[in-house]
This record gives sequence, structure tokens and C-alpha cells, in this order.
Amino acid sequence: MIYFDKVSKIYADNSVALEDVSFNVEPKEFISVVGQSGAGKTTLIKMILAEELPTSGSVFFESTNVHNFRRGEINKYRRRIGTVFQDFRLLPDKTAYENIAFAMEAAGRSEEEIAADVPHVLELVDLGRKIWNFPHQLSGGEKQRVAIARAIVNQPDLIIADEPTGNLDPVNTYDVVQILKKINDLGTTVILTTHNKGVIDSLEKRVITLEHGKIIRDDKSGKYIL
Amino acid sequence: MFWTKVKRVIKSGFVSFWRNGYVSLASVLVMTVTLSVIAALIFIGAMLQSTLSGIKEKVDVNVYFVTTAPEDQIFSLENSIKSQPEVASVSYISREQALNNFRGKHSSDQLTLQALDELNDNPLGASLNIKAKDPSQYESIANFVETKASAISPSSSIIDKINYSENKAAIDALNRIIDSSSKIGLILGIFFVLISILITFNTIRLAIYISREEISVMRLVGASNMFIRGPFVTAGLMYGIISALVTLILLYPITFGFGPLTERLGTGLNLFSYYISHLWQISLVIIGAGLFLGTVSSFLAVKKYLKV
Repeated sequence: MIYFDKVSKIYADNSVALEDVSFNVEPKEFISVVGQSGAGKTTLIKMILAEELPTSGSVFFESTNVHNFRRGEINKYRRRIGTVFQDFRLLPDKTAYENIAFAMEAAGRSEEEIAADVPHVLELVDLGRKIWNFPHQLSGGEKQRVAIARAIVNQPDLIIADEPTGNLDPVNTYDVVQILKKINDLGTTVILTTHNKGVIDSLEKRVITLEHGKIIRDDKSGKYIL
Repeated sequence: MFWTKVKRVIKSGFVSFWRNGYVSLASVLVMTVTLSVIAALIFIGAMLQSTLSGIKEKVDVNVYFVTTAPEDQIFSLENSIKSQPEVASVSYISREQALNNFRGKHSSDQLTLQALDELNDNPLGASLNIKAKDPSQYESIANFVETKASAISPSSSIIDKINYSENKAAIDALNRIIDSSSKIGLILGIFFVLISILITFNTIRLAIYISREEISVMRLVGASNMFIRGPFVTAGLMYGIISALVTLILLYPITFGFGPLTERLGTGLNLFSYYISHLWQISLVIIGAGLFLGTVSSFLAVKKYLKV
């Protein structure tokens, strides 16, 4: 589904973020990318989202090079990917409902679909009661659940979660990981970056370990080893 | 689908205008100042125009004829002057009328009137009062009158004198004042309008700068450029309309207060009655400027953050 072909990224200040990275993600797979801060995890995510251009090599999504998309196509491509970030990235002046509705509106869904799907997906992440709250009225865990609801509402092919548990307490961390697992069980590919040892060990899924921009380990059912 | 999108964009613009109350208020205030500067420029222009045309009205050239000049020759001269394109109006004052005017002017001066009665004949000649469309044209008109008069009556001149040469210095000075004051007015006006447009543009840029994170989130969710930009442009449009309305409403008491003052200052123009009689034109300019400023500055300001 996603294929990295010898991707390197060197930033303008000559710092190497990724070096000769190649790997393959199968459909319906759950992959964790681990590594210390600065190992290149976030750069790797930005490559998939076509936010950054690789210095050399190419990234393919279903046999299309994602960096060859034209402007209009990038929007359509990004709608097939749901994203969840450590800092939640909700729209601050929109309610939980409107944040999720926005993603559906951007994808051109009808009012009926929005009215039906948004409460449903909020129920799914156990936030049915706080549907009209603004982000600043929600706790960290609740915000992250809104972000997950937004990521899955358009039924994407792929969910990218970039350190989604970085700002959460152990209970919320456990909940978020369980939700991601559930999404994966329902057939969506998930790419998760984290440096939480407990999360990785409990998942027992494939683990890619990055160090100084290189893949140093790729285990089918891995543990967190650094 | 297109209309659904337009509806969503407009609704979203309204909602964010309302929820970002302070930012919206600040933008509306700054834009109101800008539009007021534009309105002030219109009013100052009108006052200057009215003052200058008032002064121009008072400038004229008189052609005095000798007492023996035959009326038919004067009339033929009058007609040829009238046909000149730079002449605004010509009025004929006959000898009798000139005498009446003189008596009226000196009605309290018995000595002069008695002296006048001693004379058997009317000592005053007829005259033509000429007004030009533009003060700079008096010289050529005076020259034209002289050559024409000698063509009509080649043997003896019918013209006693033309008072242009006496007024020449005053007319030239006036020309210079009119010319430079409209130039300075225009330059100053453009300068102030430019400054206030820049300030408005920067205020809106700041308002959108606050939302730069949001714009990047919208990009990541896969929203198209039009869908991201639309609500900001809608909000800019609302800043424009609201500040234009506020400006137009504020102008009502302001011109009402200053109206009598400006009239007394000798501009010959009451600001309030000018505002009321030109309400449509002024509203059109102010609302048009508001809409233009609001939409264009939001459109350009969002552009910067759409690159991700």
C-alpha cells in the first residue's frame, strides 16, 4: 500500500533526517515506528502526507508517487488518510461536532451524511455527551478522541497517528491505543509513531526502529528495544 | 454541490466572525478609520472645489466702450465673443443701465448725484461683462476682443478700455493658487489613503496570522484552497460592509455638526447638505472601498499560509 524507495531527506542546514529508508506497508497492517526524538519519525510521516519533498528516493501510495500529485490531487489524496497528532490540532473556534463536520464538508459530503455520521463517530470514541463543547472545554484525552473521530469519519484507507499518546496520562493512553487497534481490526491500515515502551509491548504488532534517520530494526511482532 | 460549498463557506465565515469577536471588532475599527479618511478626502475635495469655483465666479473681464459706440457694433462683437468656446457667459450693460447702476451705488452721495445732474448727457459708456470657463483663458479672450473690435470698426476704436491688464496680476496669482492647491490636495489625499489602506491590510493580516495553525490543519484534513480561503474572505467582506455602514452612519452627525461652520468659513458649501444630496454616490464609494479592502486583503493574507 505504501512503499518507501531509498528515501533520504537532508534539510537546508545539512542535518540528515532520513537516510536511505526503504520499507513496505501492506493493506490492513498495523505498524509502529519507534525511535528517540530526532530519529526521523516525524519527517517520515511528513513524507507520506506529501508535506515535505524527499532529497532523493520516492514514496509511493498504491503505485502513485505522492510527490508527483498536482495541487488539487493532494487534497483528494489527503482525504484518504486520517491524521492524529500529539498536539491534537483541532480547530479552536469550532465545537467537537463542527471539527468533525469540517473534515466531512471538506470532502464534499452531504448535510444528511454529516448529520448522521458525526454523532455516530463521536459515540464510537465515547464522547457523545460533549458533542457541543469547544476544544478548550475538553481534557487532553477528550481532545485526542475528537481528533481520532475526525480522522476516521471519512473512512480513510490509512490512519497516521504521530505520537498520539505523547500528552496523555496512562489511562487515556490505553484508551487511545485500544481505539486505534479497533480501527485496525475493522480493516484500516494504521501507522503509529511513539516512544512509549508500554504501548509497543502491549500491541505485539510490526515495529520499525529508526536511529539517526536509518532503519536499524524491522520486526514482525516486535518489542520496544533501543 | 457547488452551492452547498458556497453555503458552507459563507456560514463558516459568519460563525468565525462572531466567535472571534475581539479580532473582528479591531478589524472593523481600523477599517472604519480608513473609510473615514476616504470620506474626509471626498468632503475636502468638494469644499476645495466649491471655494475655488466661488473665487473663479468673482473673476471677470469688462470691456468698456466709448460713449459714441453704436449698439449694433457692440451686439455683433457680443455675438462673436459668445461663440468662443472658452467663454462661459457674456452680459451686456447698456449706457442707461450703467447710469442706473451708478445712481444706485451712490444713492447716499448727494454731491456726486448733483454733479451728474449738471451734465446734459450720460457720461457712461456701455460695457460687456465676460466670464471665462477657466481663469487662464482671460488673456486670449482679451486679445480676441481687441482684434475683433478693430475688425468691426476699423476707422475709430469703439473700445475705451479692457480691464484685463489691471486684473492680470491678480488673475495669474489666482491661477497659480488654484493649480497648486489642487495638486497638493491630490498628493496629500493619495498619501493618506495609501497609509490607511496599508494599516487595514496589516490588521487583517494579523487577524489571519492568528489562524495560521488552523489553516495548516485544514490543509491536512484535505480541504481545498477555496474551502479554506472562503470563510476568511467572507469575514473580510463582513468587516468591509460593517465598517462602511458605521462610517456612513457616523458621517451623519459629524457633517451635521460641521456643516454650518464650513459654510461660514466661506467655502459656500454646507457639508451636511452636500452629504445628503450626494448620499448615493458617497455610499457607493465607501461601501465599494470597504468591500474591496476587506476581500482583497483577506484573499492575499491567506495565500501566504496555503503553501503546505
